[in-house]
Amino acid sequence: MNRIIKIIFLDILKNKIILAYTLILAVLAWSSFALEDNAAKGLLTILNIILFTVPLVAILFATIYLYNSSEFIELLLSQPIKRNKIWLSLFLALSASMCLAFVIAAGIPLLVYAPDNVGLMMLVIGLMITMVFVALAFLSAIITRDKAKGIGIAIMSWLYFALLFDGLVLFFLFQFSDYPIEKPMVAITALSPIDLARIEILLQLDQSAMMGYTGAIFKDFFGTTLGLIAAFLLLALWTVIPFYISLRKFRKKDL
Amino acid sequence: MIQIQNISKTFGRIEVLQNVNLSFGKGQCIALIGPNGCGKTTLIKSILGMVIPSHGNIIFNGRSIENEFVYREKIGYMPQIGRYPDNMTIGQIIEMIKHIRNSNSVLDEDLLQAFELEKLFEKQMRTLSGGTTQKVSATLAFLFNPEVLILDEPTAGLDPLASEILKEKIIREKEKGKLILITSHLLSELDDMVTQIIFMQDGKVHFHKDIPDLLQTTGEEKISKAIAKILKEKSYEPNH
Repeated sequence: MNRIIKIIFLDILKNKIILAYTLILAVLAWSSFALEDNAAKGLLTILNIILFTVPLVAILFATIYLYNSSEFIELLLSQPIKRNKIWLSLFLALSASMCLAFVIAAGIPLLVYAPDNVGLMMLVIGLMITMVFVALAFLSAIITRDKAKGIGIAIMSWLYFALLFDGLVLFFLFQFSDYPIEKPMVAITALSPIDLARIEILLQLDQSAMMGYTGAIFKDFFGTTLGLIAAFLLLALWTVIPFYISLRKFRKKDL
Repeated sequence: MIQIQNISKTFGRIEVLQNVNLSFGKGQCIALIGPNGCGKTTLIKSILGMVIPSHGNIIFNGRSIENEFVYREKIGYMPQIGRYPDNMTIGQIIEMIKHIRNSNSVLDEDLLQAFELEKLFEKQMRTLSGGTTQKVSATLAFLFNPEVLILDEPTAGLDPLASEILKEKIIREKEKGKLILITSHLLSELDDMVTQIIFMQDGKVHFHKDIPDLLQTTGEEKISKAIAKILKEKSYEPNH
């Protein structure tokens, strides 16, 4: 397996898009710390980058890369290699290279300007979000053979998690504002990886005071060690489940 | 060596293969012929595990190939249209496959030399002509000395010199006792190569015959004429 991962990994690193991504992310991260007078404000800016740019680039790049490597997959399939191994190698190589780009670009300024729990947390959450959206890319690439459709699905799922989901939650909040919905709210957050990440980091930043009573409930749940572990497990599930579904589909795919 | 038992495959509503039963033995060179879209390539891809049949079993050396992959070490496959990563060079592709297979068996570089591919090692796959791509496919299929060779339209797109080289190579490998499966539309080419013939139509096997047997029953000397005769007889059958 290592051999195939290495081949794919080197191929991705040769790709100029990933270099451009690293460069842009680095510029954004360094400048957001340099422009603000305190690190906390810089962290908030980086938070927004993590929650919007990173998922978008991860899901789009991975989806397009998968479609473009259809020839490569076909070639490997006629060789004595397990199907699982091909798909898993692609996943590991893609997420490793995206994670490497994130660590180089955003990880270094984070650890330089915020060398505490919050900075570390941000780094870990950024890596997990990258993995989640690479996994979602695998799912959207396997659903359809049509490249345009697959990329469309990828963009729609990013739109849904990054923007629409929040709108739906707000709508839900206003509709049911007469009822005690604070606890169900915690459960609903688990339905979006981006929201999970946002709440986890906001709680670390002590901005939860601005979120009112719901914020207090969040603090009660996600603020504890148990809640922290639960949030990480949920993010991990968001990686494992989409990838597993795509793996099952890949095993039965005709090429 | 390979037994195909009751294979069926449907793509959506279209039945590409219907209850195909076949058996291939060592030392045979089998031609798989039939009109376009009769399921030849699907059958070949099922043997390779690239297409997963809806029903039925394929047995390779006594073991079902379902969820297996090691058996592919013993197969060399030359696709009809070789698709390779665009930005890799010929040399890189060959290196990569060697790397992935990691086999200790002696490499068979006959075709590599005969096609003079070493001169083109630096060329990227997307710049290659269809014929040169076919040469790369053929070289890769023979490279690891596999026991079974599956060649899908091997001479389509090759120039006369290259296709002669390939034909001679196929005959040499047959004499070594390997199982060779060829699909082709050029019946005239098959005469001096094949030992058995399978005719497929609409996803079904029409007949599977030894060449001497086929020639004897039709009273012809050439495969192409014998097949033509059988097809003509068939079309006279009322309400087929």
